[in-house]
Amino acid sequence: MELATKDLLRLATIGSVDDGKSTLIGRLLVDTRQLFDDQLDAVVAASEKRGIGDLDLSFVTDGLRAEREQGITIDVAYRYATTPTRKFIIADCPGHVQYTRNMATGASTADLALAVIDVASGLKEQTRRHFCIAALLGVRSFVVAVNKMDTVEWSELAFQRVVDQIETVSRELGFTSTIVIPVSALFGDNVVIPSVNSPWYGGPTVLEALEASEAGSWEVAQGGRLPIQWVLRQLGGGRTYAGMVSGESFSVGEKVTLLPANVETTIRAINFGGESRLEAVVGLAADLDLADETDAGRGDMIASAPLPRVTKELEATICWFGERPLSVNGQRLRLKHTTKSTPVRVQSITGVIDISSLTINDASSLSTNEIGLATLLTAEPLVVDDYREDRVTGSFVLIDEVTNVTVAAGMVGHASFL
Amino acid sequence: MTTTLHTPHATDHLDVLESHALFILREVVAECERPVLLFSGGKDSAVLLHLAAKAFAPQQLPFPVLHIDTGQNFTEVLEFRDRAAKAAGARLIVAKVQDSIDQGKVADPGPLGSRNRLQTVTLLDAITAHSFDAAFGGARRDEDKARAKERVLSFRDAFGQWDPRQQRPELWQLYQGKVNPGEHVRAFPLSDWTELDVWQYIGREKMDLPSIYFAHERDVVLRDGMWLAVGEFVEPRPGEDVVTQMVRFRTVGDANCTGAVVSAATTIETIIDEVAIANVSERGATRGDDKFSETAMEDRKREGYF
Repeated sequence: MELATKDLLRLATIGSVDDGKSTLIGRLLVDTRQLFDDQLDAVVAASEKRGIGDLDLSFVTDGLRAEREQGITIDVAYRYATTPTRKFIIADCPGHVQYTRNMATGASTADLALAVIDVASGLKEQTRRHFCIAALLGVRSFVVAVNKMDTVEWSELAFQRVVDQIETVSRELGFTSTIVIPVSALFGDNVVIPSVNSPWYGGPTVLEALEASEAGSWEVAQGGRLPIQWVLRQLGGGRTYAGMVSGESFSVGEKVTLLPANVETTIRAINFGGESRLEAVVGLAADLDLADETDAGRGDMIASAPLPRVTKELEATICWFGERPLSVNGQRLRLKHTTKSTPVRVQSITGVIDISSLTINDASSLSTNEIGLATLLTAEPLVVDDYREDRVTGSFVLIDEVTNVTVAAGMVGHASFL
Repeated sequence: MTTTLHTPHATDHLDVLESHALFILREVVAECERPVLLFSGGKDSAVLLHLAAKAFAPQQLPFPVLHIDTGQNFTEVLEFRDRAAKAAGARLIVAKVQDSIDQGKVADPGPLGSRNRLQTVTLLDAITAHSFDAAFGGARRDEDKARAKERVLSFRDAFGQWDPRQQRPELWQLYQGKVNPGEHVRAFPLSDWTELDVWQYIGREKMDLPSIYFAHERDVVLRDGMWLAVGEFVEPRPGEDVVTQMVRFRTVGDANCTGAVVSAATTIETIIDEVAIANVSERGATRGDDKFSETAMEDRKREGYF
């Protein structure tokens, strides 16, 4: 048995309700034989019980009772697939506006978005919203399945109409890779198996596009970053600073700066799980030993040049999920950025994004599921990069101090398309 | 400004999963006051304990481990539990379902009845008694369709309940485990691991496991399509033939609701071969507790189950 390790691609489905996201993922998993026999049997049984035919593929991911009763996706389902070349973590996201927070949850860790659009209805407002949120969250690679092609008798013209709409969005939002594929998730055309119904289409199937995608290499423009999570006391004295590396890797002997204290020092040693290493690559949960005695702890950051900036004032893009609107003298909020939590105040709301025109309109508050720009003031200094430059040091969440619920996703700076 | 597209990343999938798990373990310990690690002695919780030791090396574990003892365990698993806790230098707390029965909090299902669902009461009582505000579990999203929906940090209200319709958004890796008194979070560092990942990792790390995971000769009876081990908790019923077979266990639960699979795999390498080509999921093949209804796991999770 081949035990070779594989690279990992994280993808999220996006698109409007009822365009067929869950059905497409169900089809993808069934046709690549990722489902066990008993799981497939259970889906068949559940479909029969609800009188909706032999096999409702959406039940593969819509696993909650309420979802099956209503035939909708409420929250993200995570599914896993392995092909000879790749391992996939699939976040099947809900399409309803009211569950935008859950869609953002799924898309925030995605390297690629798999968009699903019903060919008959074309690009809806909600799909546009999802494209916009995914792009704000830094997704640049898109595979777009133009679904339900069987309902338009595989009309190339109908397909081309949607392609034109997507090309416009892709240009506006600055996608780096967009592959548009005519599919029928229900019947499996062009999902895993090339369709005989689309002789006019010469591109890849959905699976081929996912396997070939080069998404995942985040464009790094900044230095190494290690937000300190925890201080480890070493045997025989001394301490190391544990955290996950982002940006660029660190090496033993490298010059680094401890922030926000702004103390320059050198990496004396790198450990992982109690064993020493010469290098700490991006994504490694390492711990670093620094050459100089420093007073560092959770919430501080070890960084290599070019250094991040230290600030108490953030110009940020905010996706607001709270039930009550976000406003200047509103709820008491806490901000969590990397490993640091601090009280935060909204100094001003600069505007709200109009999803359809991608323009910024004046606003004094943000309602549920609106995206806007705001200036925030934190009680303690943060060590930040723009989100465009580092997904870890450029992201934060806002937490309601009373309920402890996460009420916003925040990104330092604003997207290039705004 | 320079743009480097090919900075070295941890691209080996086991390395990525491992580092992510270490990150989650440290984050929860830093954010919560009194964490605990739920330890059943099964392979997933063994991996979890192994990862916890790595996350805090060379220090001791900054939390105790808790076993909910149904009193219907495989002897080999209890031996492993004690051995593994000792090796990790962890303080082991055992909460017994029998105590919940004696206190009249749950009904006694009788010597051969399943105590699976009763564990929830014992677990929630232990969490309250010790004021734990975070509990690490070895649950994986690939195990079950309800688990597939759960956050890495999953909020539990003062009654220990999970509300799948009101989960907190969980953006990026900004896990936040802040709760009010009486509430807690469950944290699942193995969320994105599959059964195959777990076995590959066990092989790579050369980990110790209970012997019942490896093929061995055992007296078994076929019941409801599952091979059950004949012993203290399973007696053959009229009409059931006791046969001696080479079997192993794919999951470890109570002796009376965990089925064995026929297997000749006596090493981790041969187990990985079997897992890679299996037609039936591990819970489907071996767990009677999931067969009650379409949403058996969701229903139990809502009540506060693992």
